[in-house]
Amino acid sequence: MRSKWLRRSLVLSMAAVFTTVACGTGSSQNAGTVHFLGVWSGQELTNWLAVLKPFEDQTGIKVSYEASRDQDAILTSRVAAGNPPDVAGAPSPSLLTSFAKQGKVVPLNDAVDMNALQGDTAQSWIKLGEPLNDGKLYEIFAWADVKGLIWYDPKNFQAKGYNVPKSWDDLMALQSQIKNDGTKPWCITVESGSATGWPASDWLKEIVLSQSGPSVYDQWVAGTIKWSSDPIKQAFQTFGTILGPNDSNVYGGSQQIIATNFGDVGTPMLKSPPKCYMLNQASFITTFFTSAVPGVTPGTDFNYFPLPDINSQYAGAHVVAGDTFSMFKDTPQARKLIQYLTTADAQAVWVKAGGKIAVNKNVPISDYPDPLAKEEAQIIANTQIAKYDATDQMPADMKAAAWADLVKFIQNQGQLNSLLAHLDSVQATAYKS
Amino acid sequence: MSVAAAARTESTAAVGSLSWIVQKVQRFALHIAVILLTLVWVIPTLGLAVSSFRPAFLISTTAWWTALSPPFQFTLQNYTDVLAQSNLGQAIFNSFMISIPSTVIPVTIAAFAAYAFAWMKFPGRNWIFLAFVGLLAVPLQLTFVPVLTFFVAHGIVPENLQSLGLPPWVGLWLAHAGYGLPFSTYLLANFFRQLPSDLFESAEIDGAGTLTVFFRIVLPLSVPALASLVIFQFLWVWNDLLVALIYVGGTPDVGPLTVNLANLTNSLGQNYQLLTAAAFFSMIVPLVVFLSLQRYFVRGILAGSVKG
Amino acid sequence: MDFSVLIGDIPTLVSVIVGVPLVLVAYIVGAEFLVRRLPDKLRPQVRPWIWVGPAIAMVAAFLFLPAVATFIQSFQDNHGNFIGLQNYATQLAGFPTGGAWIAVRNSIIVWLVLYMIFVLIFGLMMAVLFDRVQYETIVKSLIFMPMAISSVASSVIWKFMYQYQPPGETQTGTLNALVTFFHHDPVAWLQDQWPNGIGILNNLALITVATWGLTGFSMVILSAALKGIPADLLEAARVDGAGELTIFRRVIFPLMMPTIVVVATTLVIFAIKVFDVPYVMTNGNFNTDVLALRMYNLMYLSHNYAAASAVAIVLLVAVVPVLVFNLRQFRAVEARR
Repeated sequence: MRSKWLRRSLVLSMAAVFTTVACGTGSSQNAGTVHFLGVWSGQELTNWLAVLKPFEDQTGIKVSYEASRDQDAILTSRVAAGNPPDVAGAPSPSLLTSFAKQGKVVPLNDAVDMNALQGDTAQSWIKLGEPLNDGKLYEIFAWADVKGLIWYDPKNFQAKGYNVPKSWDDLMALQSQIKNDGTKPWCITVESGSATGWPASDWLKEIVLSQSGPSVYDQWVAGTIKWSSDPIKQAFQTFGTILGPNDSNVYGGSQQIIATNFGDVGTPMLKSPPKCYMLNQASFITTFFTSAVPGVTPGTDFNYFPLPDINSQYAGAHVVAGDTFSMFKDTPQARKLIQYLTTADAQAVWVKAGGKIAVNKNVPISDYPDPLAKEEAQIIANTQIAKYDATDQMPADMKAAAWADLVKFIQNQGQLNSLLAHLDSVQATAYKS
Repeated sequence: MSVAAAARTESTAAVGSLSWIVQKVQRFALHIAVILLTLVWVIPTLGLAVSSFRPAFLISTTAWWTALSPPFQFTLQNYTDVLAQSNLGQAIFNSFMISIPSTVIPVTIAAFAAYAFAWMKFPGRNWIFLAFVGLLAVPLQLTFVPVLTFFVAHGIVPENLQSLGLPPWVGLWLAHAGYGLPFSTYLLANFFRQLPSDLFESAEIDGAGTLTVFFRIVLPLSVPALASLVIFQFLWVWNDLLVALIYVGGTPDVGPLTVNLANLTNSLGQNYQLLTAAAFFSMIVPLVVFLSLQRYFVRGILAGSVKG
Repeated sequence: MDFSVLIGDIPTLVSVIVGVPLVLVAYIVGAEFLVRRLPDKLRPQVRPWIWVGPAIAMVAAFLFLPAVATFIQSFQDNHGNFIGLQNYATQLAGFPTGGAWIAVRNSIIVWLVLYMIFVLIFGLMMAVLFDRVQYETIVKSLIFMPMAISSVASSVIWKFMYQYQPPGETQTGTLNALVTFFHHDPVAWLQDQWPNGIGILNNLALITVATWGLTGFSMVILSAALKGIPADLLEAARVDGAGELTIFRRVIFPLMMPTIVVVATTLVIFAIKVFDVPYVMTNGNFNTDVLALRMYNLMYLSHNYAAASAVAIVLLVAVVPVLVFNLRQFRAVEARR
C-alpha cells in the first residue's frame, strides 16, 4: 500500500540522516558492566557521569546508567520480575530499605572496606545503612544535603535593621517585627507534583528534632509514638505559629503556599521591594535562586542562618538527607562500584562541581566551591545531633500521608486533631510487612 | 463525490433572495465557529510555543504573552540545549525502531481478527469480542510484573536478545502490540461490519477467496479507519515512556527519545523550560505521520459501491 | 563517532521494517493455504480461528491472564493467604469520603460523565464543522497537535495556564489573567475545591487538560466515519429541501451511530482508567484522586499489591455496564442483517 511505502521511505531517509549524526555506543569494555538505575538527569547527570569517569578509566568497567523519576515503579517491577539492576541509587533510603526488608538487597559488608568506612564516616551514616539492625550494611551514603537553613537577603535585613536571630524567641520576635512593619515574614511553597507537601514536612521534622530531641525523633521515625502524641502535636502547633493564624505570616496565604512550586520559593524574597524576608529550605535551593533571578550572588544577595534551637537542651541539632546506594546483584563489578562510591576521591568530584556535601570526612574543605558550601560542609562535620530526614525513613505511604495531611493543615489549621487521627491510622498499618 | 465536496456546493438560491442571505449568514457563522473553536484550542499550544523561545528566568516570573511586546527577549537557547544532547540521534533511531513494529504488528493482527469478528461465524464470537472490549480497561501497571517475569524467565531481555543477534526491543514490540490490540480490533471490527453485505455476496459469486476479499475489498475500503489506527498507535508508542523503561530500560543504547526528553530536567524538576522546546521537537514526527496520512480522509470510499 | 555501529544500524532498520509485515502476511497466506487443503465442511470451522488466533493469543498473554491473576490476588493478602473480601472491605470502607470512595466518585461520576461528554461532543462538532471548510486539514492538524504532546510536556503547558499569583500581583497564568481582567480574584485552579470542599472546580480543571489532549482522537475517528457517508445521500436530502440541521439529525447522525458508539465506549473506558493527568498535575491531592492513580500508589508507594488488585477489580467492574450496552448493540446489528 502506498501509505506503507511513503512511511518506509520517510523513515529510511530520516534514519539515514540521524544515524549519520548519532554517536555509536562506544567501544566495548572487556572488564564487564554494571547496570545502574538512578534518578539523576539534566545537570545532575553531567556531574554524576564526571564522578563515574575515573572509575571507568581505572577499572575498564562500563557503567550502564539509566534514570527515571518513576524509580519506585520501575525498580519495584524489575525486582519483582527477577530482573533488578546491579546497583540502584536513590535520593532517600525508604525505597531501598523496603527492598532490604524483603531480602532483595545484597549485604555490602564484603564489598566495602568496613574499616576504612568506620574511619571515614560518622557513625550515624553507617547505622543508617543498617536498617534491619542485623549488623549487615545494606546501604551506603555518598552525598548529603543540610536542611533547616533559613535563607534571607542580607541587604533587606540591613535596610530594615533586622538582626539574624540567635534563639527561637528572637526568631518569633523578628517575625512579629516584620509583620508590624507591613510585610510578610515568610515565604513557603510546597507544590511539587506527586511529592507536594514535602517542604512543609521539612519544617515539621526540624521542629520535632529541635523541640523534643533525638530520642523522640527516633521513636517517631520508627512509628513507636503516635502522631497525636504530645511532642508531635506540639510540633504541628509550633509550625502553626510560624504560619500564623490563617497562614497570615506567609506571602500569598494558603493558596499561594499550596499552588506554587517549591523551586519558586525564593523569587518573592529576592524582588525589590521584597514580598517576604525569610524562607526555610535545604542547601540545594541556591541553584533555584540563581536561575530564577539572574545575577544574584551567594553571600551578598542571599545567605542563611541555621534554624534557631527551640530547646537549648538539643542545641546544634540538624536534619540531613543524602543519596543512598544499594546493590541488588552481587557481581565483582558492582562491588567495585560501591566501594568506589565510598571513597573521598569519588565524592570530591561532585563536591567540586557544586551542590553536594560529601559524607566522607576526608574530602577537604577547600574542595567546596563557595563560602556558603564550605559552611554547610562544616555543619555536617561538626553538628552534635545530626538526624537523617524523618519522613524519608518512614514507610512510603506514611510519608505520602504526612505530606498530604500537612497540605491540609496549611489549608485549615483547625482540623489538626482529625488530621493527627488520620495519620495515626495510617501509621497503624504502614509499618507492618 | 465525497461528503466534503457535497457540503461545499455553491448556493442554489437566487442572489439577493432571502434564502441566499440565510445561506451566506450560515456560511459566515460556520467560519466563525470553526475559527473560534480552533483559536481556543490552540492557545495553550501557543503559550508553549512562545515560552520555548524564552529564557528560563522570564518563564517562571512573567506571563507568556508579555513576550509578544517589546522588549523582545527571545532566545534559541532551549532548542540548542535540547539538540545538544550527545546521544540524540541514537535515541531518535531507537524510537523509530520501537514505534514502527509496535504499530505494524497490532494493526495487522487486529485487521485479521476484526475481519473474523465482523464477517465470520464461530462459537463464542460475541463473548470473545466483548472480552476484547472489556480488556481495554485493564490498567497497564497490573501487567508489568507478570509479563516481565515471563520475559525474564524466557530470556526476552535486551542483553540476552542482543547476544543472540536479535534486536533488543522484541519484548517491547510484543507488549505494545498486546496492549494496542483491544482498541485496534474494536475499531476495525466496527468499520468492517459497516461494509455492505452485498459486496461480499457479489465477491463470493465471482469466486473470490477469503484472502482476495480481505486484501482487495475490505482493506482498501477501510483505509480511513486503518489510517486513524496507524496514527494513534504510532503516536501512543512514540510518546510512551513507562512501558519502554520497564521492558527495555532507559540506557542510551536502547532507550527511546522520551527517556532523553524526560531527563532534560534534573530530579528536582529544574530547567523545565527545556521541556517546552523538547515538546515541540518530539511533536515533529507524529505530526508528519498525521499529515502524510491525511489524504486517506478525503476520498469518498463507499461512493458508488452501495447502490447496486 | 563510531561508524561501524552506524553501518550496522541501517540494515537492522530496513530488515525490521520489511521483515515484520512480511512475517505477518506470510502467516495469513500460509495459514489460508493450509485451510484450503481441508475438506469443504471443515473450512468455515477452522478458518476463523486462524484469523483471530494471533490476536486472542496476544491479548490473553498480555492482558487477560494478568487480569485474572489480579482478580485472584484481590482475594489474598500480600503474602498469598486467602482473606476473602477483606481488601474490598478496607478499600470501600468509610463511605462517602474514606478509603477509595473519593477515587470512585471522581472516576465513575465526574470523569466518566463529563470527560466522555466533552470529548465526544467536541469531537463530533469539529468533525462535522471542519468537514465543510476548505482549510479543513489545517484546523484538524491544530486540534490534533495536543495529542502529539506527551503528558509531561502537557503538564508544563497547563502549568502556565493555571498559574496562580496572590491577589494584587500581576498574574502569570493565562486563566487567572483573564479572570482578574474581569475584576475577580485569581483562582488556584488545581487546588480550589469549590464548592464547599467537594472539589468540582479542580476536577474540572484536570478534565479540561485531558479533554484538550484527547479531542483530536474522537475528531479523527468521527471524521473518518463521516467521510464514509455517501455524498449521494446528502445531495438527495438537500434536493428534497432539507436544511443543514435536519440533514445532520436525520442522515449524518444515524449513519455515524455505530462509530459514535465505538468512540463513546472507548471514551468511557478511558475516563474510568485515566491516570496521566491527575498523576502529573496533582497526584490525587485536593480530592482529585482517581481509581488508576489510587491503584498505582497502593502498588508502588505502599507496596500493598493486594489492595491495589481490589481497586483494579473495582475499576474493571465499573466497565461492565458499558459492555452490556455494547452487547445489545451487536445483537441489534446482527438482527438487522
